[in-house]
Amino acid sequence: MFFMIVATLFPLTLTPELSRLRDAAPGVLWIGALLSSLLALEFLFRDDAVDGTLEQFALSGQSLTWMLFAKTCTHWLLTGLPLALSAPLAALALGVPVAALGSMIAALALGSFALSLVGAICAGLTLGARRGGVLLSLLTLPLSVPILVFGSDATRHAIAGTEIAGPMYMLGAIAVLGVTLAPLAAAAAVRIGLE
Amino acid sequence: MNWTWFHRFGSAPYMYGFAQRWTPWFGGAALLLMLLGLYGGLVLAPPDYQQKDAYRIIYVHAPVASLSLMIYTAMAVAAAVGLIWRMKVAHAAAAASAPIGAWITVATLVTGSLWGKPMWGAYWVWDPRLTSELFLLFLYFGYMGLRAAIEDPQKADKASAVLAIVGVVNVPIIKYSVNWWNSLHQPATRLLGKADMVWSMVWPLLTMFLAFMLFFAAVLLIRLRAELLRRERGASWVREVLS
Repeated sequence: MFFMIVATLFPLTLTPELSRLRDAAPGVLWIGALLSSLLALEFLFRDDAVDGTLEQFALSGQSLTWMLFAKTCTHWLLTGLPLALSAPLAALALGVPVAALGSMIAALALGSFALSLVGAICAGLTLGARRGGVLLSLLTLPLSVPILVFGSDATRHAIAGTEIAGPMYMLGAIAVLGVTLAPLAAAAAVRIGLE
Repeated sequence: MNWTWFHRFGSAPYMYGFAQRWTPWFGGAALLLMLLGLYGGLVLAPPDYQQKDAYRIIYVHAPVASLSLMIYTAMAVAAAVGLIWRMKVAHAAAAASAPIGAWITVATLVTGSLWGKPMWGAYWVWDPRLTSELFLLFLYFGYMGLRAAIEDPQKADKASAVLAIVGVVNVPIIKYSVNWWNSLHQPATRLLGKADMVWSMVWPLLTMFLAFMLFFAAVLLIRLRAELLRRERGASWVREVLS
């Protein structure tokens, strides 16, 4: 929802011309995705930390790493995936050709998954902090730059009708790196926050 | 080989005394080498055949640029040591290096944009090298912000240590950004072996590299002393040292 609003604000503020919007579309879509993922991240652990669920996770004897990985995946299924699936609507309005939609959805799905993983670390770190929301953005933004670079690159190639494999491989590599390392770091961060 | 000498650095009073003794040596050596390097670089070295005299800012820009990455790495290593072996002094060292690193990164960006104006015609271009260096600055800000936002000092130590370690993934990206992407920024200059510069240009540069490292060491030791005093303000050794 937020993503749609951000995407519709760009034609109003930038230019309503479709040809110029098409050039800006990768940036608009990815910035929108990043902002909405940031908004959602705040609620990834916060409520569970407040009502003690996270503590029960940590004490349950199960691996906290796997629990948080599952939680992050669920979070992505409820925020990132719907975003990627609803993106074609915004993309068509920005003048993106229909042929590019499939690869754009794939890139956004992969990228938003990587964003969720990176964000999980930062959300865990800010659990014990005051003014967590502002800090969360400050921590997440520099770390999510590679994802944005390759994600918007893939989308640009898709719109131009050229091969998107290169940036998609990089995006996939980042996501794999995130899957292997981010849950460990997030678990460490949450444990620190709970101490 | 006896490794126990290393353990003394884990003790705050020993580290305080060590820092007190060595600060003037590092500071003095840094000052001498900096004067020597500046004289060699600004007066003795010949002008560049393409960039004329404007290239001479390299004698400040290149050392601070490499130092900005080196400090981040050192900070992350100190944070990891603190996290793994629970060494309070290591956490204090990481906390003390972050603001220095941020300022050195600012110095890199400022000297770089001063160099960019005559060479590229603009103070700032959206180039991978420049942008990634800017994000290094944001990483430092994030680290300091996280540290400041957590009230419990031990929690702040550990949480910011995790962040510093996670942020290390950006260091190679910044370091090799000029080689990986086609960039407006010139690629790294080979200094030794099959060098790109004549020796009279190279030695002042190497001197300045060493001078800035010593400068960082001196400033770090001063800040570390302040940090140790602040952290251990209840301890008896602090009262003895200050009385």
